[in-house]
Amino acid sequence: MQLALRGITKRFGSLVANDRISLTVEPGEIHCLLGENGAGKSTLMNVLYGLYQADEGEIALDGEVQHFSGPGDAIAAGIGMVHQHFMLVPVFTVAENVMLGNEATGLGGVLDLDAARARVREISQRFGFNVDPDAVVEDLPVGVQQRVEIIKALSRDARVLVFDEPTAVLTPQETDDLMGTMRQLKEAGTAIVFITHKLREVREVADRITVIRLGRVVGEADPGASNAELASLMVGRPVELTVHKEPPVLGEGALVVSGLTVADATGLVHVDDVSFSIRGGEVLAVAGVQGNGQTELTEALLGLQDHVLGSITLDGQELVGRTVRQILDAGVGFVPEDRQVDGLVGTFTIAENLMLDRSFGPPFVRAGSLQLGRLEAFAQEKLTEYDVRAPGISTHAGNLSGGNQQKVVVARELSKDLRFLVAAQPTRGVDVGSIEFIHKQIVATRDTGIPVLVVSTELDEVVALADRIMVLYRGRIVGIVPADTPREVLGLMMTGERPEGVVA
Amino acid sequence: MSTPPSSTPTVEGTAPAEAAPAVIAVVSRKAAVLLTLIAAGLAAAVGFGSQDGETTFRLARSTDFFELPEITVPAENTAWVMIVLLAVIAAESWRRYLKRRSTPIWLVAVYSLLAMTGFLSWAAAGGTVPVVSLLGNSVLLAVPLVFGALGGVLGERAGVVNIAIDGQLLAGAFAAALVGSLTGSVWAGVLGAMAAGTVVALILGLFAISYFVDQVIVGVVLNVLVIGITSFLFTQVLAPNAADLNSPPRFSAWNIPVVSEIPLIGPILFRQAPIVYLLYIAVALVTWSLYRTKWGLRVRAVGEHPKAADTVGINVNRTRYRTVLLAGAIAGMGGAFYTLVSVPQFNREMTGGAGYIALAAVIFGKWDPIRATLAALLFGFASNLQGVLSVLGSPVPSEFMLMLPYVVTIFAVAGLVGRSRAPAAVGLPYRKT
Repeated sequence: MQLALRGITKRFGSLVANDRISLTVEPGEIHCLLGENGAGKSTLMNVLYGLYQADEGEIALDGEVQHFSGPGDAIAAGIGMVHQHFMLVPVFTVAENVMLGNEATGLGGVLDLDAARARVREISQRFGFNVDPDAVVEDLPVGVQQRVEIIKALSRDARVLVFDEPTAVLTPQETDDLMGTMRQLKEAGTAIVFITHKLREVREVADRITVIRLGRVVGEADPGASNAELASLMVGRPVELTVHKEPPVLGEGALVVSGLTVADATGLVHVDDVSFSIRGGEVLAVAGVQGNGQTELTEALLGLQDHVLGSITLDGQELVGRTVRQILDAGVGFVPEDRQVDGLVGTFTIAENLMLDRSFGPPFVRAGSLQLGRLEAFAQEKLTEYDVRAPGISTHAGNLSGGNQQKVVVARELSKDLRFLVAAQPTRGVDVGSIEFIHKQIVATRDTGIPVLVVSTELDEVVALADRIMVLYRGRIVGIVPADTPREVLGLMMTGERPEGVVA
Repeated sequence: MSTPPSSTPTVEGTAPAEAAPAVIAVVSRKAAVLLTLIAAGLAAAVGFGSQDGETTFRLARSTDFFELPEITVPAENTAWVMIVLLAVIAAESWRRYLKRRSTPIWLVAVYSLLAMTGFLSWAAAGGTVPVVSLLGNSVLLAVPLVFGALGGVLGERAGVVNIAIDGQLLAGAFAAALVGSLTGSVWAGVLGAMAAGTVVALILGLFAISYFVDQVIVGVVLNVLVIGITSFLFTQVLAPNAADLNSPPRFSAWNIPVVSEIPLIGPILFRQAPIVYLLYIAVALVTWSLYRTKWGLRVRAVGEHPKAADTVGINVNRTRYRTVLLAGAIAGMGGAFYTLVSVPQFNREMTGGAGYIALAAVIFGKWDPIRATLAALLFGFASNLQGVLSVLGSPVPSEFMLMLPYVVTIFAVAGLVGRSRAPAAVGLPYRKT
């Protein structure tokens, strides 16, 4: 089925999220919609899916103009969507999720679960998914949950399938599998819209690429285009994709972790007897598939974990057993992996977020009273220095884009007297322009001679920033290797294999 | 593959720590503490308030087809035997806690039965405990609680907190009295009660679903509103014309043939007012619909993840409205109990906060219709026990006995509820951004 969007315009108040966007997707084609976070890709797809009504323009399927008043209409017309945040009921089984809204019923509205199970098995077999129809969704890994989303769309005979940022939550291996599935679907004649901001993936599967910036189509690109070309189209200016950094100048200060073991309240061990050290002026990047102890390791460094054995010393000072306040005062900066939950208070202003960890005394608090003038000057300065794109310092942090939120967090953590920086997933959900900026800030911090620990599940980021790479698997160190270690070796290490010559 | 020269023992070529760390279950000691406290409390009561004589448990009525014999036991000795058994079970619970295992539900059930036997044989010393009517009337007293809890379960499963159960019960009681008096028909009274409950639910829905008002606040305000309106109408309209407007007919008990002759169970469950049979049907129907039908699947989806339901073409707010209205009708039906079964006239605030106990039953029952029904039955039993014991002249002061249903509620909800999880979207209005 051919999908055509013609002159779609969608406004939210004074904001024009989609400005006369036109797009055609042919059957058997993977059409990439490339753009930064906040460029208007998701809005466009929500219009297509009937969740929003377009202010102007029309949607046509095989030349016939459609009028969707809700997702039900879009589904009936043959449009399926794999949502970025899965639209699955966590406590339902796979079969129940797949049948929801499209239930096969017997007499008296009784659910025909057997029919739903059969449907799941049939589609699952066709794509080699290996999904158990009776598994409860919340117990499944995210990669499998995504397959359930795909099955859900296919069980409704979708002829146009939209993938909204599908790889954001996947491991490299799962991403490869997904690409395979997309090609399979394409061969079966499905028209596919693939929304992403990751260049590598675009070039791998796209037949055509449409680039969107600030709600407008800024051009079509050829799948053969280079990363740099795509990135500059997307951002609107030339972007440096590689991080330039000089060889490390090792300084005096050091973070030494020895025999660190972290368990949770149930006694389950997440970090198992881990020892490493980072010299001042050096970036140690932690690689690994998510859930291999990275979260617990970084939280233990800040004193956020309760059950910690072993020792962490910063410049000879023991940090284990201290309160978070004392550790912050010792000069530890912390960029948490989930800025929405741990990094910011969404309903606070940018200025208030910038002083979150400095509410105990001068310069922002004197005699129990906030020094608003001082805070304002400070916030204004950081807003400019860190290029935070916001109407002003009294904008609520929750209203900022991911990249700008992260810049606020980074600004707060770097603008104090640092002795050690922990940056967990520093650029997750951040646009290309901001990634470039945040990477530069991290390298600049390292160049001031302090130790830096970066945790990332994106291998590209690890390789770009690291002076040395430490690979974690199931809470243990597989090995600490030089930054120029080939990607294949790192990928192998991430599965727990220790290649020849690598020393833990 | 090399052998790593690290201190960690690893199998050649494989990952370190291939054996995943063991998962240890988290066990709460709430159960053990509670069991110990109850045993100690009973021991203290029996120790200080010594009771002589024998206690008779009557297991049948004289009119029964099969008549079970009466059981007579020495009051205090029986109580002490039970206390010892309770202590043993409490010790077992502690042993399990120390071994990081939880106390199984059957053990708690056995414990409850023993505790009740011990307590009754002590409290009713020198008298007769009419087991059949104690349990049978418990079922009857639980009727408004069960209907209320069913309404609560339905509403919350669809994502709407229904604090207004009490208001729905009260409105139902009022309407049943009025309509029953006017028409002279109990069934018309029940229909009137359902309609009244639905109207309260409609107001709840309007504010909570359409206007995104905080559901707890709307619910509480509705309860106050219904109390005000019914009290006003009672004093101004019903009381002056009591003969015409406030003397509804009463449900009389129906014996269901055959099953009502089963010893013990028959008299307890099948010699009841028809509204009790309506209750059985309602529980079965709600349970079946919620878990086995398309309608139920959608209701649960809307309460768990409304956006997911929306994206597959389900109208979230319409589903919520329908469910909340149905819940209101069911809760309203429970209100009919007060004026058509309990006392044949309406009185001010006659529900006595039963709606809140029904709400507790919803949570204690983990948002499941069957479990919520069992919880409501427990509360009904506590209310009835209080009445029976004051008649028997127990050594426990009557003020304490009046507290019983509420104490049971607090203990049940705070102490015994294990890990329960509310529907994820309960209390959250759904709006498309």
